Amino acid sequence: MHYHSDALIRDLSVKAQIFRIQVLKMVYHAQSGHLGGAFSAAEILAALYFHHLRVDPANPGWPERDRLLFSKGHACAMLYTALAYRGFFPVEELLTFRQFNSRLQGHPDRLKTPGVEMCAGPLGHGIAVGVGMALAQKMKGNKPSSASAPSARASVGNVYVILGDGEINAGVIWEGAMAAAKYRLGNLTAILDYNGIQQTGATADVMPTEPIADKWEAFGWHVQEIHGHNVGEVLNALDRADEVHARPSMIIARTTKGKGVSFMEYDHRWHGLAPDQPQYEMALAELEEGLKKWQN
Amino acid sequence: MAELVLMRKAYGEALVKLGESNPDVVVLSADVSNSDFSFMFQEAFPDRFINVGIAEQSLVDVAAGLAYSGKIPFANTFAFLFTTRALEMVRTHLCYGEANVKLMATYAGISDSFDGPTHHAITDLAIMRAMPNMTVVVPGDTIALARLLPQVAEWKGPVYFRINRNEVPVIFDAAYQPVIGKAVHLRPGRDVTILCCGLMVSRSLEAARVLANAGIQAGVTEIHTIKPLDEQAIIQVAKETGALVTAEEHSILGGLGGAVAEVVTDHYPVPVKRVGLADRFAETGPYATLLDQYGMAVDDIVKAAKLAVEAKK
Repeated sequence: MHYHSDALIRDLSVKAQIFRIQVLKMVYHAQSGHLGGAFSAAEILAALYFHHLRVDPANPGWPERDRLLFSKGHACAMLYTALAYRGFFPVEELLTFRQFNSRLQGHPDRLKTPGVEMCAGPLGHGIAVGVGMALAQKMKGNKPSSASAPSARASVGNVYVILGDGEINAGVIWEGAMAAAKYRLGNLTAILDYNGIQQTGATADVMPTEPIADKWEAFGWHVQEIHGHNVGEVLNALDRADEVHARPSMIIARTTKGKGVSFMEYDHRWHGLAPDQPQYEMALAELEEGLKKWQN
Repeated sequence: MAELVLMRKAYGEALVKLGESNPDVVVLSADVSNSDFSFMFQEAFPDRFINVGIAEQSLVDVAAGLAYSGKIPFANTFAFLFTTRALEMVRTHLCYGEANVKLMATYAGISDSFDGPTHHAITDLAIMRAMPNMTVVVPGDTIALARLLPQVAEWKGPVYFRINRNEVPVIFDAAYQPVIGKAVHLRPGRDVTILCCGLMVSRSLEAARVLANAGIQAGVTEIHTIKPLDEQAIIQVAKETGALVTAEEHSILGGLGGAVAEVVTDHYPVPVKRVGLADRFAETGPYATLLDQYGMAVDDIVKAAKLAVEAKK
């Protein structure tokens, strides 16, 4: 476990809130997109792209990079925002989200957007595609080359998968989970954005998945449970997951769908709804208020 | 009678050769490696062989992940499973995401005859050729398979490679040099041309001999690549003979017959008669019996050719 300073945690928390404001603007501008599941993943993406992942925005195809598979593709406004702020493409481009002729498609397209590793949208692909990537790294012998930047890690090319909790209804998730355990893919880590809500209601009602930690443990995974909006917990869990070498890792991140906007939180109707102008202004005011709390 | 050789054994041997020459080739199976003979690769290269269990969706996704990381994955399962159960994975990652995965679709057509219609693949060509960025190849015999498989590995992008389960007649010799995307003119014609693929190539050649005895000069052109289709070759034989027959081990809807009909409709309309399964499921039984009873007999090709010639008048 590494020590993470208060300054780092504050900085990443501020970034997460700035991302939410950016995503709100994108979905409002496009009058299309998915806010609830984007807001719940803000701290997870901030912690990954601005601290944990070894990526090079100037060279998105760097062979020794870590790979992040954003499997809950509908929430990609948040992924695009993290990538743009990290330098993969200009922040100004974010407002082309879901527009004709944009590199920022309605769902992630690996061929169009720098930094996007996998086409997603149809749910359930992240684990099994991640298994393929993690296997490839193991076959290559994933030790750092002399060209690799200095790192405390013994291996390179770790694979991280962000899953939605509704998404794990899909059977192929569990097919991939079994394969990951069979091949002892310690270089594969999944983060479950467990916000408890899917498109038409609570996950507990639509398709109960509890006891969720027991399920992943029974499938042979190392499991941690954290608060997904607590950046310190996210960072610690990612570090711990990297230390597990003989098993894939699952981080169950308890989050809030629509986090940061009171009238969107816990409400499944904000899964795929664009705000009108009064709603936009109210949401913006609340998110900016939240940002001030971190900045003071 | 031509010599019969087991197609899947030829496949296993070709796969091992490929593994020897190309270290990036990895092989995946959904636990049917003793059916499709990919176990031969597993024995030769155990570290490059992955068995994902009976999980075809995972099979394609894992292969996509390997391809995104620079490997050349050859994924193996039954043709109907790739084209029905795992199709969304194929579309999203191979076709849309351009993952360089090679789908080794075994037990294709009705060649797994005794396992019955649940195991037959009679719509796979129609499904796969409708997918943007997909390449669809159907080898005609074991020689063709051995010649085409290394090209599949070199081909940029996903390929659907259709492999017969059974012993098939050897029709080609050392002079046969197929190239993906190029039709092969096997027999010149005057009155009609039979366009064919897979096992139906041997039956089409036989039909052409029968037709010759009846005074009809039927050409035979092998279309081993259903996509990208060699449109120029099809237009050429349409112009030369004025009538076409298609012969495939597949539904008459949307496969080679559909592809040929589209081309001539656009460029040079001539009568086209399609030989294949008439939009229905087959049943359990001996392979040759099923072919004969479900519209793919030599005589079906002969009759179709006569009708096509008749339709010119």
